[in-house]
Parts: sequence; structure tokens; C-alpha cells
Amino acid sequence: MRDRIVAFLVLLPSLVAVGIFVYGFIGQNLWVSLTDWGKNPAQALALRPELHFVGLENYRELFTGFVDVRFRQSVVNLIFFTLFFMGGSLGLGLLLAMALDRGPKGEGLFRTVFLFPMALSFVVTGTIWRWLLQPQGGINVLPTLFGLPPFHFPWLTTRQQTWVFDWNQLPFYTALAVGLTLLYVAWKAHQEGERKRLFWSLLSSGVLLVWAFTLGRTTHLLPYPEPHGFSLALVGVILAAVWQMSGYTMALYLAGLRGIPVEVLEAAKVDGASEWQTYRHVILPLLAPITLSAMIVLGHIALKIFDLIFAMAGLDYAPTDVPAIYMYLLAFRGNQFAKGAAIGILLLLLVALVVIPYLVSQLRKEVRR
Amino acid sequence: MGRFFLYAFLLLATLFFLLPVYLVILTALKEPAKITLDTVWRWPDPVYWESFKIAWDAFRPKFQNSVVLALSATALSALVGALNGYVLAKWPFRGSNLLFALMLFGMFIPYQSILIPLFQFVKAIGLYGTLWGLILVHVVYGIPIVTLIFKNYYSEIPDELVEAARIDGAGFFGIFRHVILPLSAPAFVVVAIWQFTQIWNEFLFAVTLTRPESQPITVALAQLAGGEAVKWNLPMAGAILAALPTLLVYIFLGRYFLRGLLAGSVKG
Repeated sequence: MRDRIVAFLVLLPSLVAVGIFVYGFIGQNLWVSLTDWGKNPAQALALRPELHFVGLENYRELFTGFVDVRFRQSVVNLIFFTLFFMGGSLGLGLLLAMALDRGPKGEGLFRTVFLFPMALSFVVTGTIWRWLLQPQGGINVLPTLFGLPPFHFPWLTTRQQTWVFDWNQLPFYTALAVGLTLLYVAWKAHQEGERKRLFWSLLSSGVLLVWAFTLGRTTHLLPYPEPHGFSLALVGVILAAVWQMSGYTMALYLAGLRGIPVEVLEAAKVDGASEWQTYRHVILPLLAPITLSAMIVLGHIALKIFDLIFAMAGLDYAPTDVPAIYMYLLAFRGNQFAKGAAIGILLLLLVALVVIPYLVSQLRKEVRR
Repeated sequence: MGRFFLYAFLLLATLFFLLPVYLVILTALKEPAKITLDTVWRWPDPVYWESFKIAWDAFRPKFQNSVVLALSATALSALVGALNGYVLAKWPFRGSNLLFALMLFGMFIPYQSILIPLFQFVKAIGLYGTLWGLILVHVVYGIPIVTLIFKNYYSEIPDELVEAARIDGAGFFGIFRHVILPLSAPAFVVVAIWQFTQIWNEFLFAVTLTRPESQPITVALAQLAGGEAVKWNLPMAGAILAALPTLLVYIFLGRYFLRGLLAGSVKG
């Protein structure tokens, strides 16, 4: 009995620490995000500033306020960065794994080469790629070594945007995207014969799509049009991030490919499947769980990306801005703690959206076992 | 034919991964005056080793900060993790699983969501701007992942071993010391490598909670590279210095590195 108490007492400090540093701080951060901390310059200097509850005002300002246009662009940047970073790392990682799975000579060496950027700090990667992406040097002059004309893409320095849309259309696009995703889920459920899932996903998809095309088109967040788009300066950042992380997806996929039983591949061969068909219908479906976990990990990294962009472009460069950068800028340079805290909470929600369904599905799997 | 394309692809990929490294070394070995954009890929002539000396002089205090930070935080969190894992795996009590799950949640949060209260807290307890504050923060936010790794590892140790030691009269710490600890080397290696690389490479906490005299090397490097006036041989030499410890870990302990990677890849 004494030992049981000792055991509990050994664990207790960690429990208290996590309780304060995780749960306590999230709670406090939530509270700060509902106050006016930073509105009044006197608060910035005060040791114990007097804070007033303002409800969701900070959140409202971030999404629809006049001054926070930079936050909205940072959200758009984050979405594009996440999509291309995930796509690039998964794609390149899979290709590398497939190549290594064929057992080339020097496989171990190749694996080491592809994976080493994982050991680096994002700050180191950012510093290196900032130099590589100088408009008049680095990658751009690489072709001249072979007597070809240099590239002219200005990488990080471009302010150009493509796929520009009006921020006011955001509710419409969001509802459309979620609605179509749910429609796909419904189609899947229909194929698998899951009636209940079919019903609910179809219903919610229908509601969303109807809303999108009726009220969604006329819902306006701002009294004026505000264009946002994919900032091309991000292309360089995405390239650097893919360089750093695709070795990781390669390692995951390679482990997955090596884990596929030989009998399965033999069976496909006996059935007369071509190599392409084997990949398409046998191997890729077997790798789906790996893709999912890799997506969670990469999405998690992408959503809170900060150091890479800090090192590549600094805090004050709007074209490569993301919420984590803007949050730091607001809170620790501008003393706008309340608004910074609000962005922190939004990031937490975003990450939860990605991670919680994954954890629940993992947990279910455990239980089923 | 297929073989040809395979090797062509692998060669291309190797170039993609190694050309940046080549350029870094090249630039670090150039005389500052000879670094011009149109000749970036030309091998330095003569090789200029001074950059490393200058960079080392400039970065040495920060490098030392990083060493102290990463080593002490890693050692502390490995110790905490081993004890926590031991309790959770071998001395479970009612509700311990729930508490463990609640603990794990800390692994997934983006640290932006606690950064402001953390900053206030560290300031309030007088540790803002010190290395100790940063060590504390790394140990605390490392608790979930190190506990997870140790708990999983200790679950594999048969309960009978613990039971037998108990019948022989060993207590909580006696069992830990004489039964569990001697078997723990692999878990310690995985945790140590994981925490060391994480903490060495970390930036967000470091930039928020330190002053120039307590900065680790990542912060110093980011700030040096951010200044436009600096010649590029210094940031490149600095990048090599900042990368070297974790790269060495990766090269010599790669197997364990990967294991830690797969175990804790969702950590925030």
C-alpha cells in the first residue's frame, strides 16, 4: 500500500505540471482572447494590466475587421501552404519509397541522403533555402552552368498572387467544399452499404449545399470586396518544407511497402495484373492507413509552421505570412495580447479538427483489437 | 531500361537533396568579397577557412547555451519519463489511464495556444531571459512524449519480474533501481535522441523566452540570416555549426533516430 502511494506521488508533479502548463494555460489563453488586452496602450506597460471582457470581439475583428486584412491573407496562405506541402511531401515520399523498394544498389546510402534533412532545424533549412532562392543567384543561375539561360522566377520576393477570390465569398466556398466532401462521404457510405452514415452525410451535405447556393451567395463578411489569393512567394517556402519532410514520408511508405506480404503481390501477378494495376489496386489501398497518419503529422506541422518562415522571410513580410507568424508579431512586437491569444485559440481548434478524428479512430481500432 | 530510369530518378533526387548542402559548404568557404550571385556555384579559390573561425567566435556563446540547454533538458526529461512510465506501466491505479490520456493531449496542442500565458508565467516566476526558464519549459512540454515512450517500453517487461522482486521485499524505488533500470537502456537511447534533436532544433519557445545572452543557436542564426547587410559566408558557416550536433546524432545513431521519429511524430 505504501508503494502505491509512493507511485502516485512520483507521478503527481508531472500531472500538476501538465495540468497547469497545458490545461491551465489554454484556459487562461481563452480568457485573454476574450478581453481587450492591447487595445489601450497603458495596459502594455502596466505590470498587472486591467482587462475588460469583450466577448468574441477579437475574433470578429480578425475575420471581418478593417485592420486585420493581414490575418485573412495569412489564413489563405496557410491553407495553400498546407495543401501543397502535404501533397508534395506525400507524392515525393511515395515516389522515393517506390524507387528504393526495388532494391537499387546503395539503397542504404540513398535512404540516408533522403532522410537527413529531418535531423535539421527548420531554422537551418530556412537559412539555407533563403540563400538558394536568391532571385539572381542560387537555383536560378543553376542552368547557366550548362550554358542555358538562367531562371527568372523571383521566389520569395514576388508579391504576385494567383487564384484570387473575394474574402466575402469565403462562406460560400467553405460550405461548398465541406458540402461536396460530405457528398463524397455519402457516396462511399452508399458503396459500403452503411445506411446510417449515408443518411446523415447526405442530409448535412444537402443542407450545406442548399445554404451555399441561396443565403451563402449573399452573406457578406465585409462591406467591400477584399481580394486574397495564393501568394506565389510561398512556392519557395513549400519547396524548402518538402525538401525537409519528404524523407520522413519516404521512411513511412518504405516500411509500409516492405510490410506487404509477398503472397499478395504474387496473387496479383497470377491474376495477370500489370505493374501499374498492381500499384493502383493492390499496393496503394494497402498504404492508405500510412497516408492518413502521414497526413495528420504533416498537417500538424503545417498548421503551426513558424520557424521556417521566420528564417526564410522574417516576421514583417506579408506575402509569406501565416497565422503563427502574425500571432507572434501581434503579441510580442505589438503588445496586442488579446488578439494574439485569439489566433492561438483558432490554431488550437484547427489542429483539434485534424487530430481528434484521427485519435478517435485509433482508439476505436485499439478497442476492436 | 526500367533500371536506367530507376537510377536516373534516384540520381535526380539525390541532387535535389544534396545540392543545397553543397552550396552551403561552398559559400561558407568563400571569401566574403568573392561571394557574388552569378558565381555562387563556383568552387572557392582559394578556400577561405576564416568564415568558420569568425562564425565560431560569433556563435560560440549561443552554441554553448544550446549544449547546456539540450543536454540538461534531455537528461531531466528522460528521468521524469522513466519514472512516469514506470508508474503508469507497473503501478496503475484507478483513473491512471484517463490521466495518461489527458497527459498525452499536451503532445498535440500547437504551442501558439499557450504561448502568451507561458510567457507571463515564466516572467512572473523570474525565469524570463534565463536558460533555466527554457529548460523548465522543454522538460514540461516533453512530459507527454517521454512518458508515452517509456510506458510503452515498460509494458513489454513482464509483470512477473516486478512481482518476484516485490515478494523478495523490494519497494517501489528498489524495483525501479534493480529490475527496471537495468533493462531500460534502449528506451533511454530513443528518448535521449528524440529530445536532444527536438530541443536543439526548437525555435518558438527559444525566441519568445530568451534574451540575447541566453539565446540558443537557432535564434542567433535566424536573426543573423535576417539581417540583409551580412555577407552570406557567415550564416552558412553558422548553419553548419547549428546543424552539426543533430546531424552527427543522425549519422551515428540513425536507427534509433528513426525509431523515435516513428514513435513521437505527432508531437507539437
